[in-house]
Amino acid sequence: MSKKILLSLALAATACVAQAQTLRIGLAEDPDVLDPTLARSFVSRIVFSSLCDKLVDIDEKLNIVPQLATSYQWSADNKALTMKLRSGVTFHDGEKFDAAAVKFNIDRHKNLAGSNRRGELAPVTTVDVIDELTVKINLSAPFSPLLTVLADRAGMMVSPKAAQAAPTNFGTKPVCSGPFKFTERVAQDRIVLERYAGYWDKANIHFDKVVFQPIVDATVRLANLRSGQLDFIERVAPSDIASIKADKKLAFSRITELGYQGITINTGKSDQAQKNPLGRDPRVREAFELSLDRAGIVQVAMDGEATPGNQWVPPANSFYARNVPIPKRDIARAKQLLKEAGVPNPSFTLMTPTTSDAQRVAQVVQAMAKEAGFDVKIQSTEFATSLNLADKGQYDAYVLAWSGRADPDGNLFSFYGCKQPLNYSGECRPQWDELLNRSRNTLDTAGRIKVFATLAAEAEKVKPVIYLFHRNWLWAYNKKITGMRTVPDGLVRPQGLKM
Amino acid sequence: MLQYLLKRLAAIIPTVFFVTVIIFGLQQLLPGDAASVLAGENQDPEVIAYLQKKMHLDEPLPVRYAYWISGVFHGDLGESMRIQQPVLDLIKEKLPVTLQLAAMAMVIALLIGIPAGIVSAVGKDSAWDYLANVIALWGLSTPNFWLGILMILVFSVQLGWLPASGYVSPFEDLGANLAAMIMPAFVLGNAIAAVLMRHTRSAMLQVLNADYVRTARAKGLNERRVVLKHALRNALTPIITLGALEFGTLLSGAVLTEQVFSIPGFGKLIVDAVFNRDYAVVQGVALFTSSVYILLNLLADLAYFVVNPRLRG
Repeated sequence: MSKKILLSLALAATACVAQAQTLRIGLAEDPDVLDPTLARSFVSRIVFSSLCDKLVDIDEKLNIVPQLATSYQWSADNKALTMKLRSGVTFHDGEKFDAAAVKFNIDRHKNLAGSNRRGELAPVTTVDVIDELTVKINLSAPFSPLLTVLADRAGMMVSPKAAQAAPTNFGTKPVCSGPFKFTERVAQDRIVLERYAGYWDKANIHFDKVVFQPIVDATVRLANLRSGQLDFIERVAPSDIASIKADKKLAFSRITELGYQGITINTGKSDQAQKNPLGRDPRVREAFELSLDRAGIVQVAMDGEATPGNQWVPPANSFYARNVPIPKRDIARAKQLLKEAGVPNPSFTLMTPTTSDAQRVAQVVQAMAKEAGFDVKIQSTEFATSLNLADKGQYDAYVLAWSGRADPDGNLFSFYGCKQPLNYSGECRPQWDELLNRSRNTLDTAGRIKVFATLAAEAEKVKPVIYLFHRNWLWAYNKKITGMRTVPDGLVRPQGLKM
Repeated sequence: MLQYLLKRLAAIIPTVFFVTVIIFGLQQLLPGDAASVLAGENQDPEVIAYLQKKMHLDEPLPVRYAYWISGVFHGDLGESMRIQQPVLDLIKEKLPVTLQLAAMAMVIALLIGIPAGIVSAVGKDSAWDYLANVIALWGLSTPNFWLGILMILVFSVQLGWLPASGYVSPFEDLGANLAAMIMPAFVLGNAIAAVLMRHTRSAMLQVLNADYVRTARAKGLNERRVVLKHALRNALTPIITLGALEFGTLLSGAVLTEQVFSIPGFGKLIVDAVFNRDYAVVQGVALFTSSVYILLNLLADLAYFVVNPRLRG
């Protein structure tokens, strides 16, 4: 009897080994260039999660956890970060990963023409190779977001040999040190990765192949999952959640994003700001905010799949400023404020990208604000055009989403800093710049929370951005898949995933 | 014949030149700054400046046109700034997909459209005529994306007969390739079949009333021979033009259908490129497809020669 059991177990084991398992993931967009230094889209980060390991990673609670670096230590003056590297790691071309490779990669991020990482690593001055597995990153000033920056593309390591061999088109055949290596890419059709036998954490990898397929339409993406063409899809439409729950073959996961959906107001980007009561008078902006019921917007526009919020981080985040709670809808007070401002029926244009989410949000906002006396005109604008108009300050208000970063600095600095590239409101205040820099120079969390609380209270008075909610990342997958980790950055980490 | 061909070929040169000017000029009308779109969500000013320089956006228009057109003459259509791939490679990669989809759609359209048109003309005002008209109306008025999604829900999700989307090369697995292409080809062919049916019907009605058809009938030829040999051959001339134009349109990419079925053809390529302001891709694909379109028109004209003896004189 026991022989029989042993035999069948052995057979089952052979069957498992023999059957090459592929994980097919449906993406909402076609990723851009697969070079961590040049990449600029959210969706390419999903592919990188399987392809390129980083120095450190973040976990479900946004803690920094080891990946290619096993430990780190700040210097006494907080102007240098020393990292101990994992031994025995190789790149997909067999080259050794060591301190020299880290130095090469950070230098490449900082110097490659067109690098999107240069800005993120601006405070990094030099990198010292201490020994084969120790590296010291020197900074011009203390920079608290550095670790979360290294937990994203700026911390991804590519093979120096391969990068030097392909100076202009490394992204067409990337060589990293992640669990899967690059096999082929057919633009807009598929990206195929194959298991890397030399991966340092191979015990945690249970697929032989990962195929990413961009399918833009959420309904079609889901149809592919239902028909078994795909095993996993990202960014499920909130309206499909009910039917996924009812489907016995499917499972789903969700987590609140790091980013936000909000309305940016032109308060000083151009002369147009002064021509409109919304841009001119903070009382009108307060009235506009009071006319909105965030929970209602989430219910109607997002089918409940978001968390109402009024700051750059969600209310559950440890950096959320509790001194500035979400204001309740108050139409009477809104009308009163408009009366005081001398504009009982202010009119403005709400520039809205053409995505269905943004359109729905704009329509609900329009209807709610109308009750307080606002005349909101929705101006549907293709995304590229809207970006251009926002940059020139040719708008009154702009429905804008941000994918979010693990450190609040990534949601703030570029938006609130004077003359920063994403400061579409045009609000420029030396005091805010000082607070933003202080938050970067302060390493202890309690100190930073205080700085953000001060900034939140200041921003509350001016309201350059009216934050509405934080969307849920929604993933649906074959019920046989286990080990899905819901990390708020919305990426799909293959480590531990099984089917 | 040769003289006619040479004349037509000579006319192509200014046409293609004009097309390049139009493609380049129209693209400049696209609002928004290409460099800032390609710079991604960080909008790093240094990256934007670098991209502007790399794409020659800091140069005057005529200089940019000269850069592009001299590249075209050297067989270099530029590189996709978004994914670092040469545009020519992208075209080579997508062309077989688009060609196959267009050809399959056209075959489906011809198989449905022409017989339905003939039947409906021959049996004018009969039940067959009404039925064919209703089907044509359905084909014309059904939105592609809706029919596509409906077919996916029925044949992929419910019945599980066909893959919901994706593309497999015919050289890899012909069966899987046909299974993946049949639904999108039907969706596209369905709409064209309706147009072809309507045109075949009206052309046939005209011809069937012509004197020579009456003569043919008077000579005692059987109806089948009258319709297929005498009437249809003459009615085909306008249908060939229409078919060539429809085929040309299919080659420039069937945007919605490709989107719904995730078929990586020209349509998806060019739409993504427009939204991402990936100028080199937009220009390259537009130039390629418009050149093909012009050539197809030429071929249609030559086909008249073959079917219409009067032109050969």
